[in-house]
Amino acid sequence: MDDLRDKYLGLIAGAADEAGLEDLRVQAVGKKGEISLKMRELGKMTPEERQTAGPALNALKDEINSALAAKKAGLADAALDERLRTEWLDVTLPGRGRGQGTLHPIAQVTEEVTAIFAELGFSVAEGPRIDTDWYNFDALNIPGHHPARAEMDTFYMHRAEGDNRPPHVLRTHTSPVQIRSMEKMGAPMRIICPGGVYRADYDQTHTPMFHQVEGLAIDKDLSMANLKWVLEEFVKAFFEVDGGVELRFRASHFPFTEPSAEVDIRCSWEDGTVKVGEGDDWLEILGSGMVHPKVLQAGGIDPTEWQGFAFGMGIDRIAMLKYGIPDLRAFFDSDLRWLRHYGFSALDVPTLHGGLSR
Amino acid sequence: MKFTLSWLKSHLETDATLDQIVEALTDLGLEVEGVEDRGARLAEFTIGYVASAEKHPDADRLRVCQVNTDEGQKQIICGAPNAREGITVVVAKPGVYVPGIDTTIGIGKIRGIESFGMMASEKELELSDEHDGIIELPSGTVGDRFVDWLAAHDPAKIDPVIEIAITPNRPDALGVRGVARDLAARGLGKMKPRDVDPVPASFKPEMTVHIDEDTLDGNPLFCGRLIKGVKNGPSPDWMQDLIRAIGLRPINFLVDVTNFFTYDLNRPLHVFDADKVHGNLRVHRAVGGEELVALDGKTYAFQPGQMVISDENGPESIAGIMGGEDTGCTDETVNVFVESAYWDPVQIAYAGRALKINSDARYRFERGVDPAFTPEGLEHAVRMIVDQAGGEASEMIVAGAVPDTRRAYQLQPARVRSLVGMEISESEQRQTLTALGFRLEGDMAHVPSWRPDVQGEADLVEEVARIASLTKLEGKPLPRMAGIPKAVMTPMQRREQMARRTSAALGYNECVTYSFIDRTSAALFGGGDDATMLENPISQDMSHMRPALLPGLLQAAARNQARGFMDMALFEVGPAFHGGEPEEQHLLVSGLLIGRTGQKDVHGASRAVDLFDVKADAEAVLSAMGAPAKVQIMRGAEEWWHPGRHGKICLGPKKVLGVFGELHPKVLDAMDVKGPAMAFTLWPGEIPMPRKSGASRGAMQVSDLQPVERDFAFVVDAEVAALDLVNAAAGADKALIKDVRVFDEFIGGSLGDGKKSLAITVRLEPSDATLTDKEIDTVADKVVAKVTKATGGVLRG
Repeated sequence: MDDLRDKYLGLIAGAADEAGLEDLRVQAVGKKGEISLKMRELGKMTPEERQTAGPALNALKDEINSALAAKKAGLADAALDERLRTEWLDVTLPGRGRGQGTLHPIAQVTEEVTAIFAELGFSVAEGPRIDTDWYNFDALNIPGHHPARAEMDTFYMHRAEGDNRPPHVLRTHTSPVQIRSMEKMGAPMRIICPGGVYRADYDQTHTPMFHQVEGLAIDKDLSMANLKWVLEEFVKAFFEVDGGVELRFRASHFPFTEPSAEVDIRCSWEDGTVKVGEGDDWLEILGSGMVHPKVLQAGGIDPTEWQGFAFGMGIDRIAMLKYGIPDLRAFFDSDLRWLRHYGFSALDVPTLHGGLSR
Repeated sequence: MKFTLSWLKSHLETDATLDQIVEALTDLGLEVEGVEDRGARLAEFTIGYVASAEKHPDADRLRVCQVNTDEGQKQIICGAPNAREGITVVVAKPGVYVPGIDTTIGIGKIRGIESFGMMASEKELELSDEHDGIIELPSGTVGDRFVDWLAAHDPAKIDPVIEIAITPNRPDALGVRGVARDLAARGLGKMKPRDVDPVPASFKPEMTVHIDEDTLDGNPLFCGRLIKGVKNGPSPDWMQDLIRAIGLRPINFLVDVTNFFTYDLNRPLHVFDADKVHGNLRVHRAVGGEELVALDGKTYAFQPGQMVISDENGPESIAGIMGGEDTGCTDETVNVFVESAYWDPVQIAYAGRALKINSDARYRFERGVDPAFTPEGLEHAVRMIVDQAGGEASEMIVAGAVPDTRRAYQLQPARVRSLVGMEISESEQRQTLTALGFRLEGDMAHVPSWRPDVQGEADLVEEVARIASLTKLEGKPLPRMAGIPKAVMTPMQRREQMARRTSAALGYNECVTYSFIDRTSAALFGGGDDATMLENPISQDMSHMRPALLPGLLQAAARNQARGFMDMALFEVGPAFHGGEPEEQHLLVSGLLIGRTGQKDVHGASRAVDLFDVKADAEAVLSAMGAPAKVQIMRGAEEWWHPGRHGKICLGPKKVLGVFGELHPKVLDAMDVKGPAMAFTLWPGEIPMPRKSGASRGAMQVSDLQPVERDFAFVVDAEVAALDLVNAAAGADKALIKDVRVFDEFIGGSLGDGKKSLAITVRLEPSDATLTDKEIDTVADKVVAKVTKATGGVLRG
């Protein structure tokens, strides 16, 4: 019986493949296999003989079955190893591409500004790009003869023959939205109005269309000191500069505010690159002031009861400053290289809890 | 507005440094745009002494000079007639840049003899127009810097020039004296008196001045004095220096006087050569069509109503804007009529704009000149003319009267705190206003005649805060709204944001293109009519408001193709214009796909973009904006789409949410875009607002029972829409059928022309019990029957 065991264990160990293994199985433990035949002979034995031969044969059968199973698994592993060896790929080849889109800096920065002012309770108001000269000028205390009208390089819409209304304008600033919002919402109110504006000017630093965001807060007792705080907080949050950004308020004049101030931020210029928050230079970034009583009146708000502040700044301009974008004209050229370089990822939603920029 | 430091100091007694003055000006709202250090460009010129000068052997007019300089004796060839031994000169050594001739001096040979520099004339140093000879200095040590000599002996020549920007509300600061007044109020010095000692009248003038009744509102006051026997000619050096320093050109003394007072006291004047004026002067309104050659040499035609000063011959001056050439003063003028008048700002602004004349006079009159100062300004000018050029002055002719600008506002000291948020004592407030020329009577502040901008109590606050300096303003927190701030964006603004971010996530690059485009491109997309036309475009490429976003995106695509980028996905979100009224604006989202889905790659994944790319993208963006999933796809969109390859995404026949498809080849051709190009346009405003039902999603309905899928292939006519077939199949058993998908389309071949096969998978999801074969067969029969009925399709054998 030991011969039988040695014979089959040897043969199993030497089996080359699963087919050979199956032949061995049939030969050894199949219905007519050598060990099965031996088991059949048990009946002819004496009870004493059977008592020793029975368990021995059973043990031999189990041993051979185990050896078969182990060898089968070993062969399968070897076959898998062999297959995997042939399945080698050059993993340095590029992955399957997926187009990467981008958001324009104007959209991104508008959302950044919105996130900051939302925290202060300012909602987002909008108005038309083509507007009447009343909303764009008169209501903002810029009468027809005012030099500011000529200085604004206004685009006028064509008027049909016989239509004697004053021509509509492409809004020269987002300020008309102040008036429209006052009419709609009344006091108290806090709004920002982002959007495109137009001036007939095209050179190195001017494009005939650009973007502004206007802010307006009206209440019983808002003062210019509140305005300054809001702008200080805004600039600190927007530019994300450690240690904050110093502001300088300068007296100035806008027809729609009184008193008026232009606001500069501290910056440095090096090799044509501007760095916000450090250095000895000042850069003008916005105009602001207390809303002129005539403007409140034009918006249907009683200036003896309410007062407030307003400010306006260039979205493209603060985008250029924050993200180091050199040329305004390129904003509107749609050069794919520019869009990819300066654009923002779809999932880069600016929030105050997650940070405005990466 | 430009002036020199010493000019400012002629009005202001001050110890302040230039830096302090510049800083204060900007802070006061008189923003300094630049300070020109005129000494800087002369820094390298040194003083030399001509030790000997001999005639050049080969040139009669040249002299070979040996000049002592800080670097020893140098040989310099000079052609100036006054180049001679023993004079002290200004030397430019090799390497020095000479501004007046825009040249850097080198070592050169002149007619065979070497020259090591140049001796300069005043013109070469841009000190004056003097070029008859080189500069001869009355003193000076060899080797000293010339600029230091000038500082000690003739400082006006290198006086720093300050340029400030004046906001339209501050006409008073258009005169140097007004600037000085602001600085004095700030505490930077004391105003120097500038009283005039009027020239006594020697005779009664023979001419008169008459203002027409209908013109008095535009010209309430006209003053003039005739001066006989003046000797005109070049102005004295000091005046020429000043006029040159601020970027003007000296003309002759009489004209220079008018320019001087324009800048010095914001008092524009005009001088007529009295011998060229015929008869009396009359200020009146133009009938229209009268012509005048003005001092700039150009001919202007008056429009009806514009103000004119005429003599017997007709118009001689464009009132308040520019004088006439015929009666202008020349070097030969001996009898001069000096005009000092007050013109209404609004009328001057309109006339100046209509005539397109930008003169110093218009600039000042339209902003507001001090009306009360009209006669006194005249006296200043007459005094200066007579003192310098001699002559006898007439009595003053006065037509009209000084307009009454008296007004007073209550000074409420507490307003500075409530409006600005600064603590300034009442006494300081009163002191500030007094320094600015306000007269305080009790709590009423009377506004000085030179401040037309002060029109209310808020202006008093502004003046006080401005002089005190807004730099000192301390920020004060804005009161916060109670609780957590609410969302601030409107549903439309959210849609806009979602459209942007979804498009970008789908691989599109966002563009922002101009809102105006050329007429041809606008017309290709249904625009370009006169209602959307600009009256004054900056170029023909930007003449019309865009009717759609696609033309701008196509132009962007053409530019990118020209740069070699052939594959692109661009999108824009923004307004388009269907008319010229404010409300005729609508929000659009457009995407444009051109070229391949990606670069050629090793996986062979890249392929040409097609209609089904933009369809999927349009649906994804619409879905992100909250559009319902169940829509109809219709044909018949505008003519810029490929007629057979586009679809309108609709909710009913009139509610179009968007269009996707291939753009018409003719449109691409016209816009120089290499196609084909796929695009979509969506109307976010057309998506119905969701019904307010809370944030709850409702319970999820799922069954554990095994779903069953069955495939069918139908042969239908080629023009049968797959969606109709799908809808028919889905309608066969609305309870059981959860989904119907097309998974294959086969056209032609054995089916024959005009036929196609559409294969669909129908998914059945039972809810009560597992489906039996019989039940499945029953549904399958219903599907076939429905499809056949709706499309005429038969099950493919």
